[in-house]
Amino acid sequence: MKKLSKSAAAKGVLKREDLGRLPGMPSEKRLKKGPVAIIECADEFPCNPCEAACPEQAIRIGEDITNLPVLDEDKCTGCGVCISACPGLAIFVVDLTYSQKEAVVRIPHEFLPIPGKGEVVKCLNREGKIITEGGVVKVINPKRNDRTPVIWVAVPREFAQDVRAIRVSDTG
Amino acid sequence: METYEFAVVGGGPAGMSGAIEAAKAGVQKIAIFDENPTLGGQLVKQTHKFFGGREHRAGKRGIDIASAMAKECHGLGIDVMKDTVVWGIFKGNTVALYNEGKAQRLTAKAILLATGASENNIACPGWTLPGVLGAGGIQTMMNVHRVLPGNRILMVGSGNVGLIVSYQLLQAGAKVVAVIDILPRIGGYGVHASKITRLSVPILTSHSLKEIIGKDRVEAAVIIKVDSKNKPIPGTEQRFDVDTVCLSVGLSPLAELAWMCGCKFLYVPELGGWMPCRSEKMETSVPGIYVAGDGGGIEEASTAMMTGAIAGIAVAESLGYLTKERSEELRKEKTKGLDPFRCKDFGFRRVANEKLIENIIGSKGVRE
Repeated sequence: MKKLSKSAAAKGVLKREDLGRLPGMPSEKRLKKGPVAIIECADEFPCNPCEAACPEQAIRIGEDITNLPVLDEDKCTGCGVCISACPGLAIFVVDLTYSQKEAVVRIPHEFLPIPGKGEVVKCLNREGKIITEGGVVKVINPKRNDRTPVIWVAVPREFAQDVRAIRVSDTG
Repeated sequence: METYEFAVVGGGPAGMSGAIEAAKAGVQKIAIFDENPTLGGQLVKQTHKFFGGREHRAGKRGIDIASAMAKECHGLGIDVMKDTVVWGIFKGNTVALYNEGKAQRLTAKAILLATGASENNIACPGWTLPGVLGAGGIQTMMNVHRVLPGNRILMVGSGNVGLIVSYQLLQAGAKVVAVIDILPRIGGYGVHASKITRLSVPILTSHSLKEIIGKDRVEAAVIIKVDSKNKPIPGTEQRFDVDTVCLSVGLSPLAELAWMCGCKFLYVPELGGWMPCRSEKMETSVPGIYVAGDGGGIEEASTAMMTGAIAGIAVAESLGYLTKERSEELRKEKTKGLDPFRCKDFGFRRVANEKLIENIIGSKGVRE
């Protein structure tokens, strides 16, 4: 993998320019086709639950579990099972085809209160800045998620690759 | 005096793994002693999902790993003595216990020391004020006793513990004003840092704690920027109004019992200080005394499970329950599970562990 930005190396915070260097990042072409996983995993430590979680075998890590996850973007259906399986909460699903103006970002959210469908939430980027508001489209929290609810938020398309957290009311 | 085949001191991931592996191999009378009211050690406060592979129970939350392992111990007929302090080990593998106001002794053919670690501190003006707490202490208050230690927190140290505890503090409803670290880059994994950064917690690298201010308890903390030689740069002070300062500045092995047994020690700064030398099978220089987990060098819960298992297998072999070949086979399997935690950025751990093994060769423990 190519060298990451200074911010990623020193503080673990990925910049937009880092994304293209990750083997877990789908291409622009694939993103335009519909929901797909974005694996924001950039340091090589031992971890592989995402590989086993994917029902389509679209995530490959291999024998050496310190390898970075590699996304097979053609196999990925954007089902999102990997989101709550990732112990680092580093996987998101982005759907650029949601509507003309909006994209949906699916975000792991281990905080109370869990927002309800239709609720408007504040949307934060990787640095924790509020950059837009979003509408909750769906909340997924089955037993399989093991207490990691996944929130689907519709945001203006231009923010799809920046929104990575939500804030519900004044807490969280 | 009651006699056990295998006595395990400490019921955390290392101790439980050791007892489980030994019991699976057929070792008969096994006891785990722990000073806490529940088995699990530090796992009981780990509410986050664990890294690792399947053999490390990755993807499960620490607290759930603790209860699954405790259940396994009960199922295997292992005696568990909670609220029990092992305060000494004497000649003839005599273990001295204190439980519910009563002192007692017992003997064991083999003993595993899986005593874990204690938290390090850093001293600065005001560091003895109430409201200055260790990260482990905060986790116990928050995640075990459900008591939030404060509302506005400054986290000192950006290792995985500091980053994870910051996240858990946010989950519990506290505000973490900043995470600081004297080093120019974070100590923990990027994904743990990202989890708190995207929730607006600033991480300030190359910053040190200068002073903690307060009359009867913490009211504020002053941090200062440091240069490339870790020297404070005057005029770069920043004051945060906080009620809690959380110190997450490393751990040291709890190895008093190994000292008492006369085990040969080595100072290994990469693994947290002084610790007993041991063989590849986790046996110390004193025959029959084994060590595993953080008490034998600071690593992780996953490595504690593996080193504990290796010790348990070795104990089963020494007591005649496993052939040499079978024991070797099982040990290799567990050792393979350690490899990913001791490579790449963490290759220094492999080197440090090899040093501990090298230093035991030819050495004999003194017990008298």
